[in-house]
Amino acid sequence: MKNAVGREIPAEALAVELKNGRKYEPYQGKGYRDGKYIKKAGPTTKIYENPKESKLLPSIRDAVIACGIKDGMTVSFHHHFRNGDYIVNMVMKEIVDLGIKDITIAASSLGDAHDPIAQYIEEGIVTGIQTSGIRGKMGDVVSHGKLKTPAILRSHGGRVRAVEEGDVHIDVAFIGAPTSDEYGNARALGGKGDCGVLSYAVVDSEYADKVVVITDTLVDYPNFPPSIHGVNVDYVVKVDEIGNPKKIASAAARMTQNPRDLMMAENTAKVIAATPWFKDGFSFQTGAGGPSLAVNRFLEPLMNEKGIKMAWAIGGITAAICELQRKGLVGKIIDVQDFDTGAIEDIRTNPNHFEMTASEYANPANKGAFVNKLDFVVLAALEVDTDFNVNVITGSDGVLRGAPGGHPDTAEGAKCCVIVTPLTRGRMATICEHVVTVTTPGDCVDVVVTDYGTAVNPRRTDIIEALDKAGIKHVPIKELQEKAYSLVGKPDDLQWKDKVVAILEARDGTILDVVREIKPCEI
Amino acid sequence: MSLPRPKPERFRLRRTMMFMNAQKPGLIKDAYIYGADSIMLDLEDAVAENQKDSARFSLYHALKEIDYGDTEVIVRINGLDTPHWKEDIRVCVAGGCDGIRIAKTESAQDVKTVDEAVTEAEKEFGVEVGRTLLMAALESPKGVLNAYEICQASPRLFGVALSGGDYRKCMQVKVIPGGIEMLFARGLMLNAARAAGIQCFDTVFTNLNDDEGFRAEVKQNVEMGFDGKSLINPKQIPIVHEMLAPTQKEIAEAEKIVRAYREHASEGVGVFTLDNGKMIDIAFVPGAERVIKLAKASGIYEGDL
Repeated sequence: MKNAVGREIPAEALAVELKNGRKYEPYQGKGYRDGKYIKKAGPTTKIYENPKESKLLPSIRDAVIACGIKDGMTVSFHHHFRNGDYIVNMVMKEIVDLGIKDITIAASSLGDAHDPIAQYIEEGIVTGIQTSGIRGKMGDVVSHGKLKTPAILRSHGGRVRAVEEGDVHIDVAFIGAPTSDEYGNARALGGKGDCGVLSYAVVDSEYADKVVVITDTLVDYPNFPPSIHGVNVDYVVKVDEIGNPKKIASAAARMTQNPRDLMMAENTAKVIAATPWFKDGFSFQTGAGGPSLAVNRFLEPLMNEKGIKMAWAIGGITAAICELQRKGLVGKIIDVQDFDTGAIEDIRTNPNHFEMTASEYANPANKGAFVNKLDFVVLAALEVDTDFNVNVITGSDGVLRGAPGGHPDTAEGAKCCVIVTPLTRGRMATICEHVVTVTTPGDCVDVVVTDYGTAVNPRRTDIIEALDKAGIKHVPIKELQEKAYSLVGKPDDLQWKDKVVAILEARDGTILDVVREIKPCEI
Repeated sequence: MSLPRPKPERFRLRRTMMFMNAQKPGLIKDAYIYGADSIMLDLEDAVAENQKDSARFSLYHALKEIDYGDTEVIVRINGLDTPHWKEDIRVCVAGGCDGIRIAKTESAQDVKTVDEAVTEAEKEFGVEVGRTLLMAALESPKGVLNAYEICQASPRLFGVALSGGDYRKCMQVKVIPGGIEMLFARGLMLNAARAAGIQCFDTVFTNLNDDEGFRAEVKQNVEMGFDGKSLINPKQIPIVHEMLAPTQKEIAEAEKIVRAYREHASEGVGVFTLDNGKMIDIAFVPGAERVIKLAKASGIYEGDL
């Protein structure tokens, strides 16, 4: 069955069972489930009247045993420790050593730090993966059909919805925390590996049957104000190290000096400034990649010129936006993740820099997330096709190597979603006829800025009018695609096997696309 | 393979000429995207002595394969005191570049020598004789003093440029904010170029972190009457274009002159008065037309001339 972005969704994918019995549907277009009522799933909790009982356990193994983890269960993790994370590997090692199998990992995201999990997948111990990001060896083995069930890939908002709606039920959540007290009140600041916020883990703490906080820095009770509340936590484990502090928080990304990136960033800022939403009190999100990050710098003079300020910025936060705030150009920063030490330092001391939960950030199934009120979002892409569909998950070889993250959430929510990407990368056309995998549907993408020109989604006649009025040149996206193919050639179609290895969920829980097993390259 | 480039226009708009190493495919493959009026593919100083042949190879294929569109493609060849310049010229002509920049020009004879070699190459490769344009770079006190004879040396010559690095070395001076050390060279060269009726371009500004200094120099260039400037980084392009752009007042004035001249000319009147009392004759028209052209190139012209 073809869905609203023209992707064939096979019966095999539609038949994948969700925990709450909800049936998968193909993507129907944005806003399909808007206004519908859902009943939230509830976790099992425990009456805790005995004041003598301690939540502290001596080891992760003890926690795995105490939580009663059995074959077939789902365990969850967050990705605030990014590539410095030790938690996933430490916990999975104990589960595997205890001979438990048929485990589903439901993480907010997974990355290169988690290469050891690939082996558990090949050995058939880990049989399910639900995540935003999947990369490295894990992406490789899943793409080669080694995971028993299709991986389910969700946006950050889509994950919260899935947990709250009960599509996935978390049996045990393992939450790494820079600091915790012995009752499980956990914070992202004050330890050896500060990560700024614990936004993605909050839903886990509220919806998992059992919650384990793992920290390397035990602090006095009460560790307030906490990100993870002790009332939701069953056990606390102290380990030597939760992660590698150097990789948890990287030094602030230097502003790119690449003239191509700078030009794209400047043109993006000009597009933003030409729209009617660029006025005092606007809201904004941008990414941490070269050109996206540089947009901050080019917005500054345009804001000064017009004498306007940004009311709030959200998203993954970088030192660049904090700097803009220090110059008095941003009211509040509302933070769901910190990309660098500058952002972490800032949230430690700045009274106008706040932590929010992933639900508040992007969940389509609460009563209104931040993304709904967003004016502008600037995003990157691996590929954009002539229908404005975006791929941020599969590489040109068809292998999983990315993460939708907040991309689909902010793209749908924002009044103006700008994708900034070079026209080609090496020999690959970024603007193409059909993306390998649709991860953000074209009906949510408004403007594409490349080094060879800007294209506006023809659905957005209002933006076209605004750019024309400002004298900003734009071309049909087909023209950009043709230019790209004229430079690097038309890529051959990828060769797939039949097996579905991953399901790309739209944020509302319908199926946007599937990824099939890749045929090994024959030379 | 892209089509042969159209015949180069000797006096086109050349506000910005961006240098890049002809040896770097990543740079030259799409250098036009930054919007410079001209790009300057360099076979000279940017290329190491033992890499000259590979740079020529890369240059030739770039000229043959890449569609540079409206962007003018000029090549800086090695000096006449090197063993490379003749082969450089053959590659430029065979590839079909728009123009050649002669490095270290010191006399009219230097230009003539290159002109002859270009003619020879045009014949060799079946290119229309006279198609390939020339510009001369003055890099020494002698070159500057001979500016006027150099400017008149060839009908291919569209302009003359100053190369500050070498010139300052010869003069034993440093870069001075305000440009007092270059005042004579700039002034003489401009005067010579105008006397000969060709264009004139200022030297590069190399401190990429000094935006204020760059703007100050461009402002001075505009005030002195340069047609354009050599650049070393794409981020300098929009600044030059912005600072060379005429004001709306200048555009309105230029429009009036052009329109009024056309009306009067069809009635056989050569001298007339504008509504502001200004006397206008044919001498004002090229300047006014230049303003309109600049306004169009700067993307700020909304009229219909």
